[in-house]
Amino acid sequence: MAARVTSPESSRTSGILLALPALLWLGLFFLLPLLIVLVFSFLTRSQGGQVALPFTFAQYERVFDTFWVVMQRSINVAFVTTIICLIAGYPLAYFIVRRRSSFGKQFALFLVILPFWTNFLVRTYAWRVLLGREGLINSSLMGAGIITEPLELLNTEFAVMLGLVYGFLPFMVLPIYASLSRFDFRFIEAAQDLGANDWTAFWRVMLPITLPGVVAGCMLVFIPAIGTFVTSDLLGGTQGLMIGNLIHAQYSRSGNLPLGAALSVVMMLVVMAALFIYARFGREK
Amino acid sequence: MGNQVISRTTIGGTVEPQQAIRGGLVLRSVGKVALTATPLFAYFFLWAPILLLVLFSFNDSRSVSSWGGFTLRWYENIFAGTMGGEARFATSLMLNALGNTLLVALVSTLIATVIGTMVALSLARAPLPGKKLIDSLLYLPVVIPEITQGVSLAIFFGLVFSFIESQTGVRATPGFGSIIIGHVVFNISYVAIVVAARLANMNPRLEEAARDLGANRFQTFLRITLPLILPGVISGALLALTLSMDDLVVTFFNAGVGTTTLPMFVHGLIKTSVTPEVNALSTLMLLFSTLIVGLSLILQNRNTDRPIAR
Repeated sequence: MAARVTSPESSRTSGILLALPALLWLGLFFLLPLLIVLVFSFLTRSQGGQVALPFTFAQYERVFDTFWVVMQRSINVAFVTTIICLIAGYPLAYFIVRRRSSFGKQFALFLVILPFWTNFLVRTYAWRVLLGREGLINSSLMGAGIITEPLELLNTEFAVMLGLVYGFLPFMVLPIYASLSRFDFRFIEAAQDLGANDWTAFWRVMLPITLPGVVAGCMLVFIPAIGTFVTSDLLGGTQGLMIGNLIHAQYSRSGNLPLGAALSVVMMLVVMAALFIYARFGREK
Repeated sequence: MGNQVISRTTIGGTVEPQQAIRGGLVLRSVGKVALTATPLFAYFFLWAPILLLVLFSFNDSRSVSSWGGFTLRWYENIFAGTMGGEARFATSLMLNALGNTLLVALVSTLIATVIGTMVALSLARAPLPGKKLIDSLLYLPVVIPEITQGVSLAIFFGLVFSFIESQTGVRATPGFGSIIIGHVVFNISYVAIVVAARLANMNPRLEEAARDLGANRFQTFLRITLPLILPGVISGALLALTLSMDDLVVTFFNAGVGTTTLPMFVHGLIKTSVTPEVNALSTLMLLFSTLIVGLSLILQNRNTDRPIAR
């Protein structure tokens, strides 16, 4: 009989044992490496391309001095990408929620989810095909007589932004959809009965209630956008060089590992700041 | 679509001045157009590039802007060995990369599914100290940029390998081990999050009842908990599998000689060239993702058909 009754002690022990592998794995292969990066960011590049003492703030000075242009560009591009995704994503989520039949809703959602599950490289590659000098966009614009010379669309900041919006739009739509599908649309009717017009009803009722979804969507777009590597690597060229590409370059043999570490740390600080905003405004009440 | 939202406004209108009513009507028609046009444009934006890519993979011309008739020769080229005379692209290399990808994805999914499910169970059921902290730790790999994860892990392995060499003289190099370890890190998080969501919908009394009826802890898990959370575990594993098969960044920094994965192979290919064969290869990858999504949607629908007893 007594064996069946679980003491809090033993269930606590088994709980710790169950959590232990995950904690060890994440501690050893995730937290510890991040800590090493933090230490490296205060070191100097040695002759052989490795790291050496003394401790210095020199790398951070370079980040905020020489490379601030790139950091600024990354923040700007990520910010604009987030705004565009929000402006396009909210109406899209609304459209899906307002489908009447359950099939219509499922299908509208499926059309957003499928691109989200397809390989990121393939989707980015599609834009390389479209934006190239001989790509469909340039050739149709020239065919229509709008331009005579092909536009330089590829290898620009614009191309990176386009690729990021394309890649991350579903990340914005899904959390807003989740918030909106819990939203009681009778609130809108109530607001309108009380004299609010459509805009006021949206701005004062619908948006505040669905704000957690909006903030979550913004985080899910902003964070990967600021750390982008693949999109800018394939679409950006030198004009669209982002912080992720700079970090990658420092990791190569001729690169400066401590500088790359410092760049990573500053990028993580920006991400942390974004997460702080999320913790403040993104929680469902 | 908009008529439910606006059905009652006219009541307010009777007491308002005409100007405001007219303003409201203009606003409404602008809003209506925007609310219909934006989603349609967004769908077009999401789908046009993919569909064009598929279309051009059947195009009997090297051009990516004009249609030259239907052909399957780009697909044949992929499997025949060479691609447009580029010796770099050999079918054997591609198949080798595919094999590496599957190996990495299967092993890392297996490890992450077991470990991730365990930690989710522990968080949901056990009186654990520092629960909030563990919870945040689990979310961290999801939000830290991939590039940081990839680089930091590579630096870590660099240190570990040189330490091993200095101690034992054995020269260790990055390879399958380092890639799999990196994939397990982010997959643990995704599996744990998906399984935790499933556990949150499950009534703990069912487990208590099993214990009351004399089942031991292991029997309870095997016969009650596991069957009930299984759909969550499976969709977590499918998510992990897809993420692992698609991952470029973490793999890129932690791969060694001979452990090129399919995303790395495709990345190298598309970075240098836009060719019909790459379009064909991309189409095949799209087809594969569609199959996986279909499978996971079917599984999820099964979930909703059979709600968990509450």
